[in-house]
Amino acid sequence: MECEMKIDSPDKLNAWKEECLQKDAKLKKKVMVCFGPGCLAAGCREIYAKFEEILAERKLGDITLESFKKTGCHGLCEKGPLVVIEPEGIFYNRVRTSQVKDIVEKTLAKGEIIERLLYKNPKTKERVLKYHDIDFYKKQTRLALRNLGHIDPDNIEDYVMRDGYQSVAKVLTGMTPEEVIDEVKLSGIRGRGGGGFPAGRKWATCRGVESDVRYVICNGDEGDPGAFMDRSIMEGDPHSVLEGMIVASYAVGARDAYIYVREEYPLAVQHLYQAIDDAKEHGFLGENIMGTDFSLDIHISRGGGAFVCGESSALMKSVAGEVGEPRAKYIHSVVKGLWDKPTVLNNVETFANIPLIMNKGGDWFRSIGTEKSTGTKAFSLVGKVENTGLIEVPMGTTLREIIYDIGGGIKDGRKFKAVQTGGPSGGCLPEDKLDLPVDFDTLTKAGSMMGSGGMIVMDDHTCMVDVAKYFLKFLVDESCGKDVPCREGLYQLHKMVVKVTEGKASEADLQLMEHLSKYIIMGSLCGLGKSGPNPFLSTVRYFRDEYLAHIIDKKCPGGVCRDLIRFEINDKCTGCTACIAPCPVDAITGEKDKIHILDQEKCTKCGACYAVCQFDAIDII
Amino acid sequence: MKPEIDVAELKEIISHSPQKPSSLIAVLQDIQRKFHYLPPEAIKETSSALGVPLSQVYSVATFYSAFSLEPRGKHTCRICMGTACHIKGAPMALEQAEDQLGIKAGQTTPDLRFTLEVVNCVGACAMAPVVIIDEKYYGNVRVDKMKRYLDGVRDED
Repeated sequence: MECEMKIDSPDKLNAWKEECLQKDAKLKKKVMVCFGPGCLAAGCREIYAKFEEILAERKLGDITLESFKKTGCHGLCEKGPLVVIEPEGIFYNRVRTSQVKDIVEKTLAKGEIIERLLYKNPKTKERVLKYHDIDFYKKQTRLALRNLGHIDPDNIEDYVMRDGYQSVAKVLTGMTPEEVIDEVKLSGIRGRGGGGFPAGRKWATCRGVESDVRYVICNGDEGDPGAFMDRSIMEGDPHSVLEGMIVASYAVGARDAYIYVREEYPLAVQHLYQAIDDAKEHGFLGENIMGTDFSLDIHISRGGGAFVCGESSALMKSVAGEVGEPRAKYIHSVVKGLWDKPTVLNNVETFANIPLIMNKGGDWFRSIGTEKSTGTKAFSLVGKVENTGLIEVPMGTTLREIIYDIGGGIKDGRKFKAVQTGGPSGGCLPEDKLDLPVDFDTLTKAGSMMGSGGMIVMDDHTCMVDVAKYFLKFLVDESCGKDVPCREGLYQLHKMVVKVTEGKASEADLQLMEHLSKYIIMGSLCGLGKSGPNPFLSTVRYFRDEYLAHIIDKKCPGGVCRDLIRFEINDKCTGCTACIAPCPVDAITGEKDKIHILDQEKCTKCGACYAVCQFDAIDII
Repeated sequence: MKPEIDVAELKEIISHSPQKPSSLIAVLQDIQRKFHYLPPEAIKETSSALGVPLSQVYSVATFYSAFSLEPRGKHTCRICMGTACHIKGAPMALEQAEDQLGIKAGQTTPDLRFTLEVVNCVGACAMAPVVIIDEKYYGNVRVDKMKRYLDGVRDED
């Protein structure tokens, strides 16, 4: 770090920002290599190493290793690994290590564009040169994700350059805590963790409780399968989370704050530690921040892998080093939370929005989105959709716009069946709900919920009963076991759904399941149990026919439930023998160029033949 | 056969965290990372160092899925069971892996070579279904490929 001084006044921060901008302007080109979760899995580390290797051998004018940045998630995970070249915004996708040399020699050295690395619009088949001309990005409004892909998360200067810590300067030197809370209230921002409770009200309540100590906690325990928004923010822009927490701590009067983050997110943990160290070094954390009396330390608490710890009271137990079991909330944690002190708990995305609200004002924030759900929401759009990725849209955007305009529609031209939102506690919505605007209240009314923002698209090859079974199994495993309705109720509900998938259930069972669901909702202690039957209730509400097909016709329309399907070889079989070896039970026999035969007696319905067949010659019946 | 545990090393790891009850999870995580499981000695040492009753250490160690009381295999094969992976065929990949290794999810082969685990979403939904063997990601996994992936790891040994 060149700037070793403590930033103890807004003027110093602005001077530093200017310095960072000048330094950045000297970089003629910037090569942004995406280090988001998707690109990491797709091999971006190797891509970056290759750039380093080539740079070590070859001089490239004024482009040095400083120009290469490991950024957070760019969003279009489907096409990873991604490399973006600034300032032009050239967007290269599906980059392989063997193509890195070309990027250096052609694009960086000579300014030539490599056609085949550009994104191809699947509709027009045309190559798209620039980032913002890609349909996937056009309809998005990136607030919480504003810095992802544009900065190196380990470099505080990158953050400061993009207005980082400006809100801390503004708030600490020019606003009272009450004014901060009023601004947050004005913005109308609701908690992005799923509940959708207005953040401003939460802060005000906490501040109003008589106590010598108060805490602020950031919930980074993103446990929903299929959700990686918070992870991407913590990995790609950790300072924005810290900045939001500093503002919140000032507003409620906390001296210590905690980030609870899953240990399964090692990169997020690492970047947060680095960000805290850097923030401390420059005086944004520690004693007398911005030269005022306000002092704050942020600690990291690594979660041990328990879904229930996303629940506030369980999370607070876990931060204290205990078993993460929720408690009955006659008294809210905002009054009696961590170590029985008043505690504000918000999630990662909520905190990442706070600096913007402080800098641009609550009125600006509430001008985005809908009246009751202001601002934007980040989603991880996954499943059977063309463009899997991390997106952010204004509240009120319809599901159809998200899935078709941004997501590019259903994969392989198949038919849409359902979209699942809200994680294991959420629900599945059918096609006729596609024009619903996405906001907290509309989704809840439709039988699903916003949740933290996982959005899973399903096509006609998905069995809705199987989906309900999957989520219930997840909840049975993750129930902490403290109360009976949740522990035993979900267990029985899961058992009955299994019975449906086996074709052994009756219509009376379906009624019993609906009854049982009511009691689980009524009797459970925490959110996990109270919303536990949702996967069943929402699927039976919108896809009752599919349940009845399992129960009465003993058929699985999605072709998934093993006890109700069989595989058959049709006359499209070319006799290529590809399916013979993969079959684990030797159920397929046949010679080259002759139609193969599948022995139903031996077949275990593992699907190996179906997966390898290139000729659509295996039917699922 | 259980591996030998160096108690001095255990004490060293424990000493990195503040010696108070609230450090319990962090200490166990550090031990788990080093030994890949929590040996009985670790539970005892942690209990006396942090002043937390043995029963409480045990209850925390068995509550969180990050901890294991059994030694882990040299290699870990993790099958992602996130929602995107599930609807794209992860259950079949898991079944193949179980067949190949002769163990169920959550178990370790008797020769301590492989541990098979299921995980809930690793964030690589674009390449679903995903299988991670040690640190290497395999995307768009086809059921018939499981054997090849595992054989590849066996051959490297």
